Amino acid sequence: MTRKQRRLTLIGVTGAVLAISLGLVLFAMRDTIVFFRAPSDIAAQGVDEGVRFRLGGLVEDGSIRRETGQIHYFRVTDGGASIEVRYQGLLPDLFREGQGVVTEGAVDGSGLFRADTVLARHDENYMPREVADALKAQGLWQHGDPAPGTQ
Amino acid sequence: MRSRRRGSGSTGIRRPARNERIRGRADGIGRGGQLLIEAGHFALALALGLSVIQMVVPFWGARTNDPVLMGVGAPAAIGVFALVLFSFGVLTYAYVTSDFSLMNVYANSHSQKPMIYKVTGVWGNHEGSMLLWILILALFGALVAIARNAVPPKLRANTIAVQGSVTIAFLLFMLLTSNPFERIDPAPFEGRDLNPILQDIGLAIHPPLLYIGYVGFSITFAFAMAALIEGKIDAVWARAVRPWTLGAWLFLTLGISMGSYWAYYELGWGGWWFWDPVENASLLPWILGTALIHSTVVMEKRDALKIWTILLAILTFSLSLMGTFLVRSGVLTSVHAFAVDPDRGVYILAILVFFIGGSLALFAWRAPLLRQGGIFAPVSREGALVVNNLFLATACATVLIGTLYPLALEAVTGAKISVGPPFFNATFVPLMVPLLLLLPFGQVMAWKRGDMNGVAQRLAGAILISVVLTVIIYGFTYGGPVAAPLGVGLGIFLIVGSFNEIVTRSFTSGSGFRDAMRKARGLPRSTWGTVTAHAGVGVMVIGIAATAWSTERIVTMRPGDVQHVGGAYSVRLDSVFPRTGPNFQEDVARMTVFRGDRAIGQEETSKRFFPARNMPTTQAGLHTVGFSQVYLSFGEPQPDGSLGLRLYYKPLILLIWIGTLFMGLGAGIAMSDRRFRVGAPVRAKRDESASGTAPAPAE
Repeated sequence: MTRKQRRLTLIGVTGAVLAISLGLVLFAMRDTIVFFRAPSDIAAQGVDEGVRFRLGGLVEDGSIRRETGQIHYFRVTDGGASIEVRYQGLLPDLFREGQGVVTEGAVDGSGLFRADTVLARHDENYMPREVADALKAQGLWQHGDPAPGTQ
Repeated sequence: MRSRRRGSGSTGIRRPARNERIRGRADGIGRGGQLLIEAGHFALALALGLSVIQMVVPFWGARTNDPVLMGVGAPAAIGVFALVLFSFGVLTYAYVTSDFSLMNVYANSHSQKPMIYKVTGVWGNHEGSMLLWILILALFGALVAIARNAVPPKLRANTIAVQGSVTIAFLLFMLLTSNPFERIDPAPFEGRDLNPILQDIGLAIHPPLLYIGYVGFSITFAFAMAALIEGKIDAVWARAVRPWTLGAWLFLTLGISMGSYWAYYELGWGGWWFWDPVENASLLPWILGTALIHSTVVMEKRDALKIWTILLAILTFSLSLMGTFLVRSGVLTSVHAFAVDPDRGVYILAILVFFIGGSLALFAWRAPLLRQGGIFAPVSREGALVVNNLFLATACATVLIGTLYPLALEAVTGAKISVGPPFFNATFVPLMVPLLLLLPFGQVMAWKRGDMNGVAQRLAGAILISVVLTVIIYGFTYGGPVAAPLGVGLGIFLIVGSFNEIVTRSFTSGSGFRDAMRKARGLPRSTWGTVTAHAGVGVMVIGIAATAWSTERIVTMRPGDVQHVGGAYSVRLDSVFPRTGPNFQEDVARMTVFRGDRAIGQEETSKRFFPARNMPTTQAGLHTVGFSQVYLSFGEPQPDGSLGLRLYYKPLILLIWIGTLFMGLGAGIAMSDRRFRVGAPVRAKRDESASGTAPAPAE
């Protein structure tokens, strides 16, 4: 092989791998990305049935109901609006009323948010950033204050 | 010096006499300690001054060709290390004696905490972990200074100078924004305790390992910068850098692996990798570091890929810095994000921009001066290593895109998104599979010019074995997930393919078994290292593939109930009872594990409650059978009085971490190869240069 051919082979292989990976990234971006929404956004804009998204806010005080079969109902609020969530399974250790929470799932026909994931947090002082932003948008919490529900 | 005022009169409020006695005693112990703590604080400031000398003097010496000035670098680097070590020791002392006059100790410790967690708590928080970071940075600077391997004096001086500049930046960062020696006056009686999830032996090991890995790449970075400053790079450079790269990679591998195992048993979800941004932050430098190890081989043996190797060294450390930034600044939403202060992010971002921007600018300016290596045949060992680099760099780029895309999108459009495991599974895995399939081929390929037929012939046995085993496994697990037997087959191919090299190189037709064993022992250590590490990859792949067979059940049980878990295993809930630990209370579920009808052991899983933090954690119960585990996790009590539990059966799961141990072991074996023994006595070095000037084992 001449020098030129070798160089072309190298460039060709590199280009092919990069093109394939770019294709994979674009393909994956279309299907696997989940948007974050706060309850007020949903109240304002509505949301399509069955579209997956992340819902974040505070667990409303006094809203947790348990049913047998490890089914949980609770409301997620950002102060402006709230939405009812249903989750079947074990809740993370730090799930509490008044605490920040992020859940993932979709809204069904009756407007109930069916979550299949409730995200756990490592630290009771930690407020998910999206939740903090949503609360700030509703004027409930200012940066620098202790996060709600930590005391 | 400020002294704590603890006398009864100063507060103006009469306290009970008993309290005063205790305070008085604490003061008695405390006074010497107070001086010590100020000394520790002062040592950090002194280290900053000394590291300025470490940067400026040897750099100037290298410019003016002055051996005396160049010689200043080594003692300065050792001095910086000694000062930082002292200061780290003082902070540890403050933790051990529960000196709550330090803000840091107050916020992260508790007098009732077990001693081991008092010590590990030193780095279980932002300030302390930054001090550990700097300690390791200074340690590496000192190691370069004392290592006796053959590094040209100019290269060494410049390397120490660059390392000094990194130390300056981080010492400044710590003293200005996150000083572990900050005081509170008056000192509180009791601390706020360490985040209970961090009160675990895994935490004792995970961050130091990870940091040694992260920071270890600062040395390769410093070497790369030194080469650019000097405008000279050759096989000697590659040989000098390789043990450091291998060492950093070894520790990063173990650190990531340890973190993964810790998350597996501590978080109680039974997952071992979550594609969480913070995990990705440690994986990114690991991927590029892996590429770097392989590209330095080409540089050492064939004097090619020079500029690419320099770029990789720069990018690997840049990703380490970025990882620190992402973890410490709180810009990413992550389940790993502990309470962080976004204002600090600005400082780390400045450091990041300075070092990444500065090094890339230097690279753009100086790299064209470096003599280009030759271009080589696509089908050859070099070609295979280029393919390795190509896939690893691309995989690194996809992970980077997935990690940073949410940040970029939010900055541009304000939309908040999350990129989760599905994205990474769809991009990272398809890039890894062909790389791993090609790995055994590359390993038996000849340098300069390989031929496909010869390679296929040499691997025929390995291919046959793995295909047959895959079919057999598929038959046994028919109806289960198809990906699992294929993945296990790939793992077997990697293991057999790796050892294939040893076998073909030592067993030749006509020679006896003894002879072959002697030949195998005589192979260079670096070959054994390669084989061990690659086989480790195979072991890990088997463990990962087998997770497709794992089962998860969420159940409610009353004492006496028996539930099937998965495979042949089932569990019985024996009893649920409360218990009190040193700084927590817990509810414990005691369970018996059955295989078929036979009881094979008892395990406990519990929910702990830490009053100091008002925070619960779950302790999983793990029953190990061979490489498989039955994983029991305490859920919540149900309204009807029964107990919710998660039960997992994880076949072969331990192979994931065992595989990484073999990878680390392989790196360790390769490091001990006589070509680049670090700190070998001078005499041995002379021997080596006498006997070993022959071009490094031509493989």
